[in-house]
Order: sequence, then structure tokens, then C-alpha cells
Amino acid sequence: MNYIQFFEMRPEASLIGIYLVIFLYDLFTTGHNRHYFHPFVCLSTLLLTFLTLSDRSSMTLFGGMYESNAMIVFMKAILAFGSMLVILQSHKWLRDKNTFYKQGEFYILLLSTLVGMYFMLSARHFLLLFVGVELASLPLACLVAFDKYRHNSAEAGIKYILTSMFSSAIMLYGISFLYGTTGTLYFEDMGALITGSPIQIFALVMFFAGLGFKISLVPFHMWTADSYQGAPTAVTAYMSVVSKGAAVFTLFIVLIKVFGSMVSEWQTIIYIVTIASITLANLMALKQRYLKRFMAFSSISQAGYIMLAVIGGKSMGMTAMVFYIMVYMVANMAVFAIIETIEWKIKGAVRRETCNGLYKTNPRLTLMMTLALFSLAGIPPFAGFFSKFFVFMSAFDAGFWLLVFIALVNTVISLYYYLLIVKAMYMEPNDNPVPTIKSSRYIRVELAICVAGIILMGICSFIYTGIDSISFGM
Amino acid sequence: MEYSILILILPLISFLLLALAGNRMPHKVAGTIGTLSLLAATVTAYIVAGSYFGAGRNADGVFAEVMPYCITWLPLNETLSIDMGILLSPISAMMLIVITTVSLMVHIYSLGYMKGERGFQRYYAFLSLFTFSMLGLVVATNIFQMYIFWELVGVSSYLLIGFYYTKPAAIAASKKAFIVTRYADLFFLIGILIYGYYAGTFSFTPQSSMLVAAGGMVPLALLLMFIGGAGKSAMFPLHIWLPDAMEGPTPVSALIHAATMVVAGVFLVGRMFPLFIEYAPDVLRIIAYTGAFTALYAAIVACVQTDIKRVLAFSTISQIAFMMVSLGVCTSADPHEGGLGYMASMFHLFTHAMFKGLLFLGAGSIIHAVHSNEKSRMGGLWRYMPITHITFLIACLAIAGIPPFSGFFSKDEILVACYNFSTPMGIFMSVVAGMTAFYMFRLYYLIFWGKSHYKEQLALYNSGNLDHEPHKPHEAPITMTLPLIILAAITCVAGFIPFGEYISSNGHAYTIHLNTAVATSSVLIAISGILIATIMYSRGNSHITRFVNIVMRGPIKAAMHRFYIDEVWLFFTKKVIFNCISRPIAWFDRHIIDGSLDLIAKLTQRFATIVRPLQSGNVQSYCIYFLSGALAIVLILLYMNDF
Repeated sequence: MNYIQFFEMRPEASLIGIYLVIFLYDLFTTGHNRHYFHPFVCLSTLLLTFLTLSDRSSMTLFGGMYESNAMIVFMKAILAFGSMLVILQSHKWLRDKNTFYKQGEFYILLLSTLVGMYFMLSARHFLLLFVGVELASLPLACLVAFDKYRHNSAEAGIKYILTSMFSSAIMLYGISFLYGTTGTLYFEDMGALITGSPIQIFALVMFFAGLGFKISLVPFHMWTADSYQGAPTAVTAYMSVVSKGAAVFTLFIVLIKVFGSMVSEWQTIIYIVTIASITLANLMALKQRYLKRFMAFSSISQAGYIMLAVIGGKSMGMTAMVFYIMVYMVANMAVFAIIETIEWKIKGAVRRETCNGLYKTNPRLTLMMTLALFSLAGIPPFAGFFSKFFVFMSAFDAGFWLLVFIALVNTVISLYYYLLIVKAMYMEPNDNPVPTIKSSRYIRVELAICVAGIILMGICSFIYTGIDSISFGM
Repeated sequence: MEYSILILILPLISFLLLALAGNRMPHKVAGTIGTLSLLAATVTAYIVAGSYFGAGRNADGVFAEVMPYCITWLPLNETLSIDMGILLSPISAMMLIVITTVSLMVHIYSLGYMKGERGFQRYYAFLSLFTFSMLGLVVATNIFQMYIFWELVGVSSYLLIGFYYTKPAAIAASKKAFIVTRYADLFFLIGILIYGYYAGTFSFTPQSSMLVAAGGMVPLALLLMFIGGAGKSAMFPLHIWLPDAMEGPTPVSALIHAATMVVAGVFLVGRMFPLFIEYAPDVLRIIAYTGAFTALYAAIVACVQTDIKRVLAFSTISQIAFMMVSLGVCTSADPHEGGLGYMASMFHLFTHAMFKGLLFLGAGSIIHAVHSNEKSRMGGLWRYMPITHITFLIACLAIAGIPPFSGFFSKDEILVACYNFSTPMGIFMSVVAGMTAFYMFRLYYLIFWGKSHYKEQLALYNSGNLDHEPHKPHEAPITMTLPLIILAAITCVAGFIPFGEYISSNGHAYTIHLNTAVATSSVLIAISGILIATIMYSRGNSHITRFVNIVMRGPIKAAMHRFYIDEVWLFFTKKVIFNCISRPIAWFDRHIIDGSLDLIAKLTQRFATIVRPLQSGNVQSYCIYFLSGALAIVLILLYMNDF
């Protein structure tokens, strides 16, 4: 065993290094210094983003269990950056008296899941993959239940952990079938041995279900609404963006590398699941009153759109997917940040009626919310339009016309419900709207980043072409 | 030509300025910024169009397309890329003039009309945004750029229609307009995808080898694009959003729903015309028949509306349908051989923008004076509002097709094109043209002639039956009448523009010559439409009617029997045609066409209620769904494998 290999995994090594530093900081600081904890962590995760990006060379380590290349590194950097946005957002929440003393735990749990995701992306062996998935899931359950004195939060945590266990078990079951029929766990070897026998179809579906749970695709989505609603808002944002992004990317790689010979099978699965996700989630979203629950269904349907990029399975799909995740990240983060700000003002859950007349008191917040919702609905010239366009292009390229059409019809429905919120904010009369909010500096930074992303990612084409140039050969 | 970019930048700057700092400005400053920046853009547009046409034809005898700006914004693969830039062609130069002129008039007019409204700055910001996006749409270098601006136009019109956000009807209307047009746009987007994918380009004028490679896919793509255009241009059955959109401020209706946004669909078909004519003549036929049906349908519905703006809305639908028909009846690219419709359509687009803008602005001035949209509150207004009256009359004569007003010339060309296509089509459209004259003059008489609502109220007040003194109608301020006068002047002279010299289907100069037979018959039909309206609606206590009655007393008495027939005819039209045909169709429009879309919305809602209980909050049931879902997929896959 060549131990120097551990240090060649630059992203993981720096993540674990930062993790340890934060752990020590948490242990050894008291009193006044605790106030610098949060900015310190923010800067550390930003540093992590850059460190992750620093080594973009292609390599395989540990006899082919671990792979790294420019695309994977880029995706990891996106996840790290997304985590930073989540930490920025959580500032006020972590200063609350119920959470202030345990904020270190929050950072550490969050970074643990990030380690898991890093391994998910790089894994080229099912064992490493499974460890990564579990590492990304279990701490998340603690995060969901972080506000344990709030009834919802603990309940959401329990629901999450139970369904998560269930899905892991199913996934492991699928993997065991794969091992049984091929006798290996390496992606590369397995890919050559897979023939598409019924038992392997079974395994494929089980594996898909396991990751489909994390992406929250219908019918594996049932936990989403309850957990999203119950979890602290920052954690919801984390689950809906970072965790989901990592799972989609992993799924894409496994489908290509392992199930390459079963293309038509997994395309059928994605076909069914995508239509179900987009349509059902849109219908459910129409009736939601609580904004976080509403965003849960919105995120399910967005996951369906991301799957349009996966279904083509070419480098174009890869580019479209990564771009979609980036755009979705900034838009969704902006929405959750705004929800969180309003939550702190009214000390309770945000309903749609809460937003009535928000424009009068908080015009800037309303404007940003509108931009984010328009981007989610895919209206040009915001980034969301282009990301949707690219995933449609890639699905179209693979010949899935009908699917694209159904997805497009659904964008109109989704526009309807996103407009419901816009309408509530600008147009519904309200005698005592939410008073003017003075948001914290951290939230402002986060919102500025998100809004810049929403506007610029659509306009600056080099972002897309940049991703495209490294996605080749995936 | 480098300064052509200013046409886009000026409204954009004005929008950003007003949107970001508008709230801190006094109303006057905001209005001035918006109007002046648009004035500058208008001047630039005129210079650009002037120098474009002034540069003359190239060796092939056509006005070459000029691309002062074009950047490759996003290369998708070797051949396919998304470009952004400015492209000038004869029709886009013409559209620049139309949009900037009408928009400038609306900007000036709104200074008076919107005076003292809440959100005055916001209003001007949205106007600038709209103008920017519409201008961007017409100078687009390729279909993809056009689509982006197309959606932006939709967004800004959503904002403008919903401007009176305290009015529930306005909010509902703005949302309806947005969603219905978005619904049509999704066909447009699929059309673009098919076009881009198979032809490997987004260009309006690709090399023919690329289109040959795309083969049978081009007509499909063009058909889908037309559906997108039909949504914006309010073709049946996607027209339902337009009448409701009248809830917006009236100058907005003049800008968006008369002159610019609603003709985007016509412009789109016009822009892709060479492709339509060469690869998809069948789609052109579909366009023609859809247009013809819409024209008739909207004209019938317009006959029974009582809201002045709704009459104008249906009239707009009908007139745009004329333009569509005109494009649809083209059978070749040569204007001498069946391609006349293209020129006629663009000509009508130009003249219609001016006189319909005028009608809407006039309607705004009337609404401003009597504070109501309902015709019952009007009547006898000619005495109080002389300028509005005269300009409105000019516009009515123009839309009815009476020479020498502009509408006559363009409509005549359209009818000639229809007759060239087939005689039934020509007769059909002539009849619709006659109906246009009828309902427009019905509107005119009910507003300006007949019993004065004010006088009746005043009489009531004087006899003590009314507690408050009625509001006396008054002429609008100069900021509002000036645009009316300018547009009326344009309407008077625009018909004499040698339009064919600049725009024709193959780019070569085409000299417009009136077809005497068609011109005479269409004028006769228009006059008879006006006469019927006169007989039916002008009777009232106004002096002019009485004067006409006195003069006509001899002939009327002499022809008692004819008078009798006249009564029968009146009975027939009023009781039979109106109650049995027009009203049911209007009802059909309100309840069935409109209702079916509401029904889709309701069904969606209903279905949403049905699926909601699935989300019970019970973890065991979640796991059941999870597992059974997975197993169902396995079964489907195994089943499919057997085949």
C-alpha cells in the first residue's frame, strides 16, 4: 500500500484538513472568540472551494477505486461553494440561544456529508460508493433534526433516517445482485460483464431507487415534503441543492460506466420516472400553502428536469446537467434564504399568505424573490431559461421528443404556481404585511451572489462553454 | 449603421434608471426621462431606417440584409451556434419605425393620461422595458435571439397589463395573458429545437443545403413556430387573452395590443417567409384558413360588445387575422405571381399600427373624459371633445377602408391578394371587411352621436332626481391630443407611401397599382356597412341626425314600402342575426373557448386535490410506495424485454 496516495486526493485531503481545523477550533475556543467562528467557517469553505479546484489533472488511485478529473473536480467545487452559501444563510439561526452552543456540530456534520459526497463523485468501486452515500446520508439526518426542541424537526429527522435506511438497504440489495452476477465491484470490470439479464435489470432498478431517493424522484420522493418542511431552512436548502446535485452526478456516472450496455433499460426507467416526477410534483405544488413544502415539490419537479440531461447520456447531457445544477443552486438558495429571513421576522412558518403585500414593505427582497422564481420557472433572460433549454436540447438530441414536450407543458404549469407567489407578493392586499426586514450581512452576501448568478450565468456564455470543454469524454 | 445599437440601448438605460432610482424621482422627472430617451431612440431609428433604404439596392436589385453587430454568443457545436446582434432587413427597418413611433406617442400620451397615478415611475420603467424587448425582437439576427426577446416581451406585457395591481380583474388578466402566450410559446420553442437540430442552424435565411438535409422536418418546425406566433397574435382559439388584457391602462393597450406585441406573430411569419414559401406551402394554407376564420369570428363578436375597449380588442384580432390571411394566401415569392400578399400584409401591419393606436388612444381620451368603458355612459360626445371626435372618425374611416385614408390602400392590396388566391377567399374577406366598417361605425355612433348621457344626467340633476352634479365631459389636455393629431395625420397620408418600393416578397421593387374592380367593390361594401350602422345607430336626438332626417324626409316618405322593408330588415338584423348568431357566438367565446381553458386549469387543480392525500405523513406507507414503485418499474422493464 502506497500511503502517499492519500495526499494525491487533493480535494478530499483539503476537506478533511479543514474539517479537523474546525473541529479543533470548536474544542479550544471559548467566550469572545466564538463570535469569529462563523466567519471563520465561511472563509474556510471558500478556501476549500479554491483548494478543490487547484488540482484538475486526471488520475486514478488505489488500483482504480478512485478517479479524479477536471469535471469531477469542478463538480466538487460547486458542492463546496453550495455548502458555503448554506453556511452563510445559517448565520442568524446559529446565533439563536438554542443552537449557538452547538454551532460547531452543525459545521462538522455538514462537512462530513460533504466528504461523503466527494467520495460518491470519485468512487469507481461500489464499496467506496456505498460508503460515500452513507456518509452523505447519516449526518444529514442529524442536521434535519438539529432543532430538536421543535416538534417538526425531530419528526422530520426520524422520517428521514427511516426512509434513508430503507433506501440504502434496497440499494445494497441491488449492488449484491450485481456482485453476484459479475463477481466484481469495480465499475470498469463490471461494465464489461453486464449483459442485461433479468436479475441485472432488477439490480439496476434497486440501485436507481437508492439514488433516486436522494434525488427525490417520484416514486421515491415521499420523504421529501415532510423532511423539507420540518428541517431547519438552511438544511432544507442544503438537501435540495447540494445533496441532490451530488446524487445526480453520481447516478449519471454509474449509468454510463456500469450500465453502459443496458442503455435502453435505464432510459426507460428515466423516462417513466421523469414524467412522473415533473407532473406529479407540479400537481402537488399547486395546492401547497406552506412555502417550504411548496419548494419541496418544486425541487422534485426540478429534479425531473435534471433527469432530462441524464437520459441522453452524452457529454452534452453532462454539460447540461452540471450547468443546470449550478443555476438551480443559485435560484433555490436565493428562495430559501429569503424564506429564512421572513421566518426570523415572523417567528414561524412562512405560508403563501404571509407573503401577501410583501412588496410594500420589502421591495428589494421581493424583487430578488421574483428573479429567483422566474429563473426557476425558466423565463428568459434569466439563467433558468438557458439551463432548461440545454437539458431540453440534450434530451431532444437523444430523440426523446415526447418527453421534451411533456416537460415543456409542465413548465407552463410550474409558471402558474410560481406566479402565485409573485402575485401574492406584489398584488394581494394585506393590511399588515411582514414588517420591513433588515437582513444580516451574511444573507446579503449570499443573496448578492445568488442574484448575480441568476442574471450573469444566462448572459455569460463562457460558463457553459467552459463546462462543455471539460465534459468531453465523460 | 454602428449607431443602430443606440436604438436598443437607450430604452434599456431608461428602464434601468427608472427601475433602480425611479421611486426617488418626482413624477415629472421620471416621465421626462422615459419620453426623452425614447425620443432619441425614435430619431435614431428614423436615421437608421433612412440610411438603410437610402443606401439603395445591391447588384441583385434587393435591399441586402445588414448585420452591424453580431457576436457568437454560444457555440453549441461545429455548425450550430447562438448569436446575438442586430440585423437590418426591410421589414425590421419598417418595424423599427412602427414601434418607436407608436411607443413615442404612447409615452407622450401617458404623461397626461397617467398623471397622478400611483406608480407612475414604475409605469414608465415598464414601458421602456417593453419597448426595449420589442425592438430587440425585430432586429434579432436569428430565431433563438428572437425567442429570448419574445419571452421578454411577454414578461413586460405581463407587468404592464397587471399595472393596476389593486384591481383583481387586472391581475387575473395579466396572468391569463402570460400563461396563454407561454403555452403557445412552448410550441415555438419545440419548433426552434426541431429547426436547430435538423437544419443545424438558427438563422432566418440558412443555406438551402442545410434545409434540404433537414428534409421533412422543416414544415413541422415552421408549423410549430406559427403556433407560437398565433399565441402572441391572438389567433383563434388562442385569442382569449387579448380581450381580457384590456384591463391594463389604455395607452398600454394602444402600444401592446394594437401596434406592436400582437403583430409579433405576423412579423415572425413574415421573417420566415422565404422558408414558408419554399418548404411549407401547406403550412401557409393552414395560416390562411386559420386567419380567415379568426377574422370572421372576431368581427362577429365585435358587433355585440358594449365595452369600448373590447370592441377594439376584437377588431384588432380581426385585423391581425387579415394580415395572417394575406401571408397565408401567397403562392410564390414573386409579387407579380401570387406573392403580393406579403407586401400587403406588411403594409397593413404598418397602417393598422397607426390607426389602431389612434383608436385606442382616442378611446383612452374618451374613458378619461367620462370615467367609464361602457358605451351607455357615452353618447353625444362630439360636442365636448372635438379633437378626439375628428381623429377617431379618421381612424374609423381608415379601418373601414374608405379612401384616401391609409387603411383603404393596405386592405385593398390584401383583398387583391385574396382574390388572386381564390374567388371564395376574396369574397369571404370582403364580407368581413364590410363587417369591420359596420361595427366600427356602430361604435363611433354610440360614442359620439345619439343621446348625451351627460345631458340626461344633468336634466335629472336639475329636476332634483340626482344628488350630485354630473361630471361634464371635457377635451383631453394637449399631451393627450397631440399624439392623436400626429397619428391621425400619419393615417391620412400613409396610404400614399409607395410601400412596394421598399418591401416585397422577393425584395425587388413592386409598384402598387389599384385594382379598380376590387377597390370599387370593397369601398361599396364598406360604405354599405357604414350605412347600415348609420341607419341602426345614429338615430338619436343629436342635431346632425335630426338634420339628416329632415333632409332625408322626402326620400323616406316617398319610399314608405322601402321603409317598411327597412323595418323588417332591422328586425331581422337586430332580433335574428344578433340574437341568434352574434350573441351565441359571443357567448360561445366567453364560455366555451375561454371556459375550456379554465376547465383545463380547474381539472389540474382538481387532480391536484386528488393526489394530495398520497402525502399522508405516514412513513410505512412511504416505504410501500417506494418499494411498489421500484417493483412496478422492474415489471415494466421485464415485460418490455420480452418483446
